[in-house]
Amino acid sequence: MLHMRKIARVLGAALLVHTLTLYAADLDTAEQRALPCLPCHGKEGRAGPDGYYPRIAGKPAKYLLNQLVNFRDGRRYFPMMNYLTERQQDAYLAELAEYFSSQKLPYDFVSAQGVPEATLARGRILAKDGDKSTDLPACSACHGDNLLGALPAVPGLLGVSRSYLDAQLAAWRTGLRHAKAPDCMANIAKKMTPADIEAVTAWLATQAVPEGLGPQASVPAPQPVECGSIS
Amino acid sequence: MKLRITLLVVLLCLVAAAALLFWPRDRQTGEAPPSLSTAQLDTVERGRALVTLGDCEGCHTVRGGQAFAGGRSIPTPFGTFFSPNITQDAQYGIGSWRADDFWRALHNGSAPGGKLLYPTFPYTNFTKISRADSDAMFAYLKTLPAVPVANRDHKLKFPYGQRWLLAIWRGLFFTPGVYESDSQHTAEWNRGAYLVQGVAHCSACHESRNALGAVRSKNNPSGGLVLSWYAPSLSIPEEAGVQAWSEADIATLLRAGILNGNHRGYTFGPMAEVVYESLQHADERDLNAIAVYLKSLPVGAAQNEPRRVGLAPASIPIVMSNGQQVYKDHCARCHGDAGEGQSTVAPALKNSRIVNMNHSVDAVRMVLYGGYAPGTELNPRPFGMPPFYPTLSSEQIASVLTYIRGSWGNASPPIIPDDVEAGMTGPLW
Repeated sequence: MLHMRKIARVLGAALLVHTLTLYAADLDTAEQRALPCLPCHGKEGRAGPDGYYPRIAGKPAKYLLNQLVNFRDGRRYFPMMNYLTERQQDAYLAELAEYFSSQKLPYDFVSAQGVPEATLARGRILAKDGDKSTDLPACSACHGDNLLGALPAVPGLLGVSRSYLDAQLAAWRTGLRHAKAPDCMANIAKKMTPADIEAVTAWLATQAVPEGLGPQASVPAPQPVECGSIS
Repeated sequence: MKLRITLLVVLLCLVAAAALLFWPRDRQTGEAPPSLSTAQLDTVERGRALVTLGDCEGCHTVRGGQAFAGGRSIPTPFGTFFSPNITQDAQYGIGSWRADDFWRALHNGSAPGGKLLYPTFPYTNFTKISRADSDAMFAYLKTLPAVPVANRDHKLKFPYGQRWLLAIWRGLFFTPGVYESDSQHTAEWNRGAYLVQGVAHCSACHESRNALGAVRSKNNPSGGLVLSWYAPSLSIPEEAGVQAWSEADIATLLRAGILNGNHRGYTFGPMAEVVYESLQHADERDLNAIAVYLKSLPVGAAQNEPRRVGLAPASIPIVMSNGQQVYKDHCARCHGDAGEGQSTVAPALKNSRIVNMNHSVDAVRMVLYGGYAPGTELNPRPFGMPPFYPTLSSEQIASVLTYIRGSWGNASPPIIPDDVEAGMTGPLW
């Protein structure tokens, strides 16, 4: 009897492996697994119509993985993302991050019409040069000379909607969004005035994204601030 | 005025008398059925296995917080409870407790000093745990680090914040008592019954509760509405009853979180958490014992409570036709043109238990919020369901569910937009 049980158990385990993998091979893809992301992040990872959900296509895979892990582990707060990531292991989240990172898609043109010249000018200075008087490094000092990000983990800042950028800087200021310590973006956002946030997000969101370019190979040295998420 | 005071005094006397009369006495009777798996383990390891099976960490850890340091909110009809710190911190946790204190908490629902515990902490189940197993769990918890995180006060509606009222509740609904083996059944069955009824506290979600939050222990006709989901009944085959399944299938669903084959099963919502955090790590023999016991549960009758339909019969064809269009545009790609599903990629909707259940909240929440099966060791790359609340209106979701519940042999009542909106309340879980 015991012997029969043992055989049944072995057979059961073999059957299990079989039944769990019994689907058409063409569906056994990261693409099929990524479908739940699309209603918000858009077809193949472009932002949705209301612009709040960020574009995730083409961002550095390590950056996307960091965000998925941060949502899962409670460093970032957005109930839908927390829910989708909470019972998944690192390796699987990395596979999904790789999938979206590998999507290269054209960007939509966003007009700067209606944004005051002075706001755009201030925004450009903050993005490209920084402001020593308020101890703000340039965005480009970490996010790359052309602001398209830097491998392995620094995201590009172009091609993302202004409402999303505003929301992230606000979330860092209020402590709703965290990254691994030292949380460099939280420190920077807390030093920015509301007017500076408005200026820099207005300028970033209205820049044309250069065709055919992506994140640069490494973070520019020396880094102006210490970041736990990219070391 | 005088009459009122007299009445109040009389009432209080009655309450006190009732409390004395019904005061649960500590009954340290009964031996746990011998563990089939963990007998050779040392005490701490045995305790770790039991703490895992009880998923103590699930409730006693807030997202992003340290394990067992508490703070997770548990929404209930009586208000929101915040789980306490059960780490070894002497001030906030249970660092100053002795094994006797821990046993009294599990067995008798009371903390040191006689403080009565709310039954959100499922001592109505844990009372079945043997003293030796309680001591093993305590020994394991002793090995974990102290985390000095303060406890949050519960936010309860009046009058539930009055802790002394628990004395009456206990008199009515709680009898302490360790599990007693049933000699009519095998050792494996008894082990399964001991785990299911005790430390795994399945009935805490899978059985309906009365208006005072007590699990209805006899002739319980229903699963439970908890944490914004419906935990289907384990006795009703049309819900989550597994009497017709093989024991191997039952154990596989509990371990993998998903089952394909003759019987298909998926875990989602709070059950996905139970699988991910607890059951997938359980000893194989314990899971098999649980399967043996679940399979043996007496079959309950499907519920067909009269249901408010709220749809004029004349409008049903229009809703069905709208639903069919939504289905074609958003669902058919994965679930198939006739709801046949595609193995583990997307479950069949035809003859699906969740689709056709009398309580529709789970189907509604799956369409609203989607989600992935738990990423278990046996199913580490699960497929998922997209959330549709960003793209479909309540009317569209109601119509597609009405279509699904009324097609391909499914014959369940329509869903109306109010049902969909009711499914939007409460935290995601």
